[in-house]
Amino acid sequence: MSQYEAVIGLEVHVQIRTQSKMFTRVGTGYGHPENTLTDPVVLALPGTLPVLNKAALDAIIKTGLMLGCEIASVCKWDRKNYFYPDSPKNYQITQFDQPICIGGGVEIELPGSARNVMGEHKIIPLTRIHLEEDVGKLNHGSHESLVDYNRAGTPLMEIVTDPALESADEAYAFLTAIRAAIVQGGISDCDMEKGQLRCDANISIRPVGTTELGTKVELKNLNSISYVRDGIAHEIKRQLSLTASGGEIVQETRDYDGTTGASQSLRSKEMAHDYRYFPDPDLMPVEVDETWKNRIEATCPEMPFDRQRRFFETYELPYTITSVLVWDRPLAEYFEETVKLAGVARAQLVGNWIVNDLLREVGAAKIDLADSKIRPAHIAELVELIETGTLLNNAAREVFADMFQSGEMPGAIVKSKGLAAEPTDTAELEQWCRDSIATNDKAKAEFQGGKGSAINAFKGPVMKASRGKANPKLVDETLRRLLAES
Amino acid sequence: MANHNDIDIDRVAQLARVELTAEEKAKFSRQLGDVLHHITQLEQVDVTGVEPSAHAYPMVNVWADDVAQKGLSAEDALRNAPAKRDNMIAVPKVVE
Amino acid sequence: MADELYFQTIASLAERLGAKGLSSVELTKAVIARTQAVESQICAFNSFDVDDALAQAATSDARREAGEVLGPLDGIPVGLKDVIAVENQPLTASSKMLADFVSPYDATVTQNLKKAGAVLWGRLNLDEFAMGSSTENSATKKTTNPWDRTCVPGGSSGGSAAAVSAGQAIASLGSDTGGSIRQPAAFCGVVGMKPTYGLVSRYGLIAFASSLDQIGPFAHTVEDAAIMLQSIAGHDVKDSTSYRADIPDYRAELSQRKGPWKLGIPKEYFGEGLDPEVNAAVEKAIAYYREQGCEIKEVSMPHTKYCLDAYYVIATAEASSNLSRYDGIRYGHRSKDAKDVEDLYFKSRGEGFGEEVKRRIMLGTYVLSSGYYDAYYLRAQKVRTLIRQDFLKAYEEVDALITPTSPTPAFKLGAKADPLALYLCDIYTIGANLAGLPGISLPCGFASSGLPIGLQLIGQPFEEANLLSIAHSYEQAHEWRNAHPQI
Repeated sequence: MSQYEAVIGLEVHVQIRTQSKMFTRVGTGYGHPENTLTDPVVLALPGTLPVLNKAALDAIIKTGLMLGCEIASVCKWDRKNYFYPDSPKNYQITQFDQPICIGGGVEIELPGSARNVMGEHKIIPLTRIHLEEDVGKLNHGSHESLVDYNRAGTPLMEIVTDPALESADEAYAFLTAIRAAIVQGGISDCDMEKGQLRCDANISIRPVGTTELGTKVELKNLNSISYVRDGIAHEIKRQLSLTASGGEIVQETRDYDGTTGASQSLRSKEMAHDYRYFPDPDLMPVEVDETWKNRIEATCPEMPFDRQRRFFETYELPYTITSVLVWDRPLAEYFEETVKLAGVARAQLVGNWIVNDLLREVGAAKIDLADSKIRPAHIAELVELIETGTLLNNAAREVFADMFQSGEMPGAIVKSKGLAAEPTDTAELEQWCRDSIATNDKAKAEFQGGKGSAINAFKGPVMKASRGKANPKLVDETLRRLLAES
Repeated sequence: MANHNDIDIDRVAQLARVELTAEEKAKFSRQLGDVLHHITQLEQVDVTGVEPSAHAYPMVNVWADDVAQKGLSAEDALRNAPAKRDNMIAVPKVVE
Repeated sequence: MADELYFQTIASLAERLGAKGLSSVELTKAVIARTQAVESQICAFNSFDVDDALAQAATSDARREAGEVLGPLDGIPVGLKDVIAVENQPLTASSKMLADFVSPYDATVTQNLKKAGAVLWGRLNLDEFAMGSSTENSATKKTTNPWDRTCVPGGSSGGSAAAVSAGQAIASLGSDTGGSIRQPAAFCGVVGMKPTYGLVSRYGLIAFASSLDQIGPFAHTVEDAAIMLQSIAGHDVKDSTSYRADIPDYRAELSQRKGPWKLGIPKEYFGEGLDPEVNAAVEKAIAYYREQGCEIKEVSMPHTKYCLDAYYVIATAEASSNLSRYDGIRYGHRSKDAKDVEDLYFKSRGEGFGEEVKRRIMLGTYVLSSGYYDAYYLRAQKVRTLIRQDFLKAYEEVDALITPTSPTPAFKLGAKADPLALYLCDIYTIGANLAGLPGISLPCGFASSGLPIGLQLIGQPFEEANLLSIAHSYEQAHEWRNAHPQI
């Protein structure tokens, strides 16, 4: 039997964070007392009519621009007719054949060969993004179901990928990337637990080398990004094994249970849905002109991987650092602010302190970065003290912890705690350096042969001899001078 | 061309979620068949190059600013509810 | 009888109220008494609330006492078709589906009338969900024609027309999707007007066909209709199809515009099926305009014969979707026999909807369904464009079109059992809905049977001032408005 490949398409629904609902001006929200975010329009009382939410339009245009979509010059609204208790009008207002965003693509990063190695990048093409309204929530009891309409009518973006993902890992990477972009764009908080981001997957397999799509299975109830990956992986396995044993894949919808890792077929409907789409006569088309687009474009943030590339180039940051900064826009901005104060030459040092130490402290204290007492100026000064040899690494850790608690500037802490490094006995230092060079001919040859990083091999013994107190800058200078001389 | 006098009344009633008696099905089948037959006149019209009128007049970009206004209290929202519990609409258990 | 308070015009009553020769409470009491006296014969009302009406009247009188400057509608009893939402009042659409529904909100037109100080009086009967041309499809009762109680009042706004005709309301509001104001106005011998689509807000009007529905007034005179229109016309943010138009002073314009006008006679409206007496009455009206120096031109509207078909595809398609919300879940009739949710939908809707409503939902669902959308709905919308172009082309040469409102006067209750036969009642009125144009029906005579005959004028978009003036000119030169049914 020939090899098979998986073909995956994702449908992602994202709730746009607005003050009011998509087609009426009652408030939006999560966790409110049942049925307190409704009005006659939400409940589809007799005689009610929809009115578009301008902010939702702005938000989806922004998303489309961020993801490289074409923004349609004209788009319209359609009714998707079907009956369900969570859908008050028994039709959903959506965009059928003229969506507001067309095409586009999401850059993803696949896992690398190791944690500190950047993985392959690829672009997942999008088919479209359109606006629609969310439905209410059904709460199932033993004999009845109870409906809460608070969520009904919330603005929803539906993002549809081409059937172009090839693995569960790609799906995971896609959702990570798109969530970052949308959160960083201020469009939504994408909290999956609150239903702000939902993902369904369409999965099929086909023999490698063929282009025709196999029978697809829709997978629903994928409640976290991990479950999306696991559910897809499980389904691919299921289809492969079914095919291998001669079985036939049935077009169906399956429900994935993340906790058990199993899926089951949802009760199949006797009849395929006939949604009887037609243009909604209550709503007017939307025309987006260049002025509108330009205004939104000006508010678009830098995309995560563009930032990553810029950080590589401008600051020569290693992947271990950029891989953290990519996903956290406030952290990345904090970093750049600090570098502005500390100077580009110290970027890596700054990066280390922020990504390792600051993030750790903020995480342990369970606070937001914005609430940290350590601000860019603190870190810039800390790094300055270290570089000039005033503060040695062990002491620096102590200063950092103190800064985090007190918010005092590091210079002041060093003074008050008497943590300044002892002035260096340069003769002693020079001797340690000579000794270190003498014991390592190999490194000496390499360094003199042009391998700059070979100098690091000499530093360990010097620091050991000095019991960690040697001024790193002086050590470096001294070693270079000695190596140049000999 | 669409098969005019052959309206599949069962399928349509299913889509529309309206229960019809056998008598109604027979009657509607016949009556709607007549109406559809009349409507076939529309096929005579030359509509080449004609845009469909979704609305009486072209209007675009009708919207409102994103300002939340007061809605209904849960009590008012459920005032006409045939069945309710815990401030929610009650329906027979839905099997997904 | 003609001197009775309940047959007076808004204009004359406003004067008397203003001169303090009459109070709103007195007036309202007279209307209430008249309603109660004839209602068993006319059956125009689904419900009314006497205490509430008198309380409103008293508040109006208090405003007048306090010296406030009041508009012409203040203190005037006005009826509303039972598809227009009034807070805390029933909103039934004359359907079992909404028999117990009480609206928690006001329609925009309701708010407008309240602002104008009108006394909102009663919920007026209609064909269920506004689907019909005789009010015989009402699930509550059958309204009769005040001129001959064995005849229909027309539909779907039969109750609204009959109430004004019988003196049970000084004026009323109805809705018009295919002629549902104009045709009953013609049948009942009163003035009925459908504004340009988008002039009056639809927020709070139970939707039948969204792209065709408009709310409009019934009244004894064109001037009264102008007063009513003034209070309800204007842009509404809650209705995205509402037009931003400058609203002139319609009543003031009546005395400014004297013509002569250019009037068009669409030849396709005067052919087969037109009752000879109706034809004769309309011809006489045309002669009047000619005598006044109006240029009368024959015009052709070649797509007229497709109006009915395009209408029944578009209207039922939109209706089938608009009525999906009536499912017994959040409100409305819920079947007691349902074993699960699916069953609940089927049974509630099967039990809650009447025959004509079910028939139209079936047709509408069908024309939108997979495989049929292009052949029916899409095609009908294209034909609609052509129909509108016919009108606009005619309007390059004329100010308005003059036609009969209906091919015949009112027919007997039960006379038209066949749905298609009833649909044919609408052939002269439907075009204006499809094209989104304003239309008015006013009395222009009586048949030998004693039943009224209506004259229709169809105007240019948003040119209500002109349309009303043209109608006003004819009306003032004749006495039809002073004739009242003997009940």
